[in-house]
Amino acid sequence: MKLHCWGTRGSIPVSLTAPDVRAKIVRALEGAQGRDLAVPGAMAAYVDGLGFDVAGTFGGHSSCLQIETDGDEHIILDLGTGVRPLGAHMIEKYGADKPQTYHVFLSHLHWDHIMGLPFFTPVYIPGNRIIVHSCHPHAEFALRRQQAEPSFPVRFDHFSADFTFDTVTPGQPFEVDGTRVIAHAQRHAGESYGWRFERGGKSLVYSTDSEHRLEDEEERAGFIRLFRDADVVVFDAMYSLADAISVKADWGHSSNIVGVELCQAAHVRRLLMFHHEPAYSDSQIAKVLEETRRFEQITRDGHVLEVLSAWDGLELNL
Amino acid sequence: MEVSSGNLGTTRVLRVQGRLDHSHAKDFEAVLAPHLVACTAAGTPLVLDFSDVVYISSVGLRVLLLAAKQVKAQHGRIAIAALTPIVTEVFQVSHFNLVLSVYPDVTSAAAGLAP
Repeated sequence: MKLHCWGTRGSIPVSLTAPDVRAKIVRALEGAQGRDLAVPGAMAAYVDGLGFDVAGTFGGHSSCLQIETDGDEHIILDLGTGVRPLGAHMIEKYGADKPQTYHVFLSHLHWDHIMGLPFFTPVYIPGNRIIVHSCHPHAEFALRRQQAEPSFPVRFDHFSADFTFDTVTPGQPFEVDGTRVIAHAQRHAGESYGWRFERGGKSLVYSTDSEHRLEDEEERAGFIRLFRDADVVVFDAMYSLADAISVKADWGHSSNIVGVELCQAAHVRRLLMFHHEPAYSDSQIAKVLEETRRFEQITRDGHVLEVLSAWDGLELNL
Repeated sequence: MEVSSGNLGTTRVLRVQGRLDHSHAKDFEAVLAPHLVACTAAGTPLVLDFSDVVYISSVGLRVLLLAAKQVKAQHGRIAIAALTPIVTEVFQVSHFNLVLSVYPDVTSAAAGLAP
């Protein structure tokens, strides 16, 4: 399995502004002072050595991930704005005249997780199959409503692809094109669901928009079971712990600290922090990553957990 | 996890020892409760001496936050003192250093809570 991140920002899509880009250029030029960059390759090596927050960006698309397998059918996690470039990639890779099957797994129906669908080009191509797996019985209603007048000019009925809606029961495993899948109920306004995918001895958990009640031992045990020995856990690390349990309690999100603790308890191999706070700059997200790696180090009890921060374009081989 | 109590002038000092993790947070919360009741505007300021706390997890931090909320509602005064280097880092990463009153030692904490 391979994970491809297309949208990793929480709550609402964001983009770099002109001042943001200028600040990155200034920092890079300041760091270049006194260096001999005239040697062939020196300039590229210098840029590659800059921090990701300076030389790159975590991106601003809202939630959308893709799990690539050796199967013929495709797995998409949520339909945030990241699904637009995913659609373009699929058309480029397979062509518009070769029908494909897409399995979409929805965490929940909030806008940032479904708003990319009208811009997912494969829905306009006859012969494509879109199977939406969701624990929410109103998934079809939510997707149709966001394209109803006066919110959008193209109605859901104008899609040419064949849509199927599969209402899933949490806790009951099922198979999709050879991949074992199980859903898990999470704490979030209107309910959200985490998903665990297993295939060929590898496992990935997608657990976003999930608040954790630290005092609830049963809830904690449930997440440890969901995460157990996973190769990757994609985790909602939107807030600091202090914010998540005080001023932003009941906002439905979690923290880097709880992500590390749960993944350590479940012996997870990699924690991928996800659903970044939209108000955070690249530098702030990079700082959270640095601090979280340090937290993992000082709390490590034998098991090493690799901590990563998701960004639009990141690919992870499981 | 063990807690012993004493006084420094008019300030109640609770010396906490051990780990404040999932195994011990509930016990810590129970031990702390009666001291919080007395921590009012006209009551006794409370300092938690963390010099022997070797680790605190998210549930332990939650107990501190609830304690601080209760004391604030009672218009009392509470502070945490003498964090070990590891616990200091946990406070920083979790941003609890921004929401709780933290002092380098018990003496300065007691002075800081003085009316």
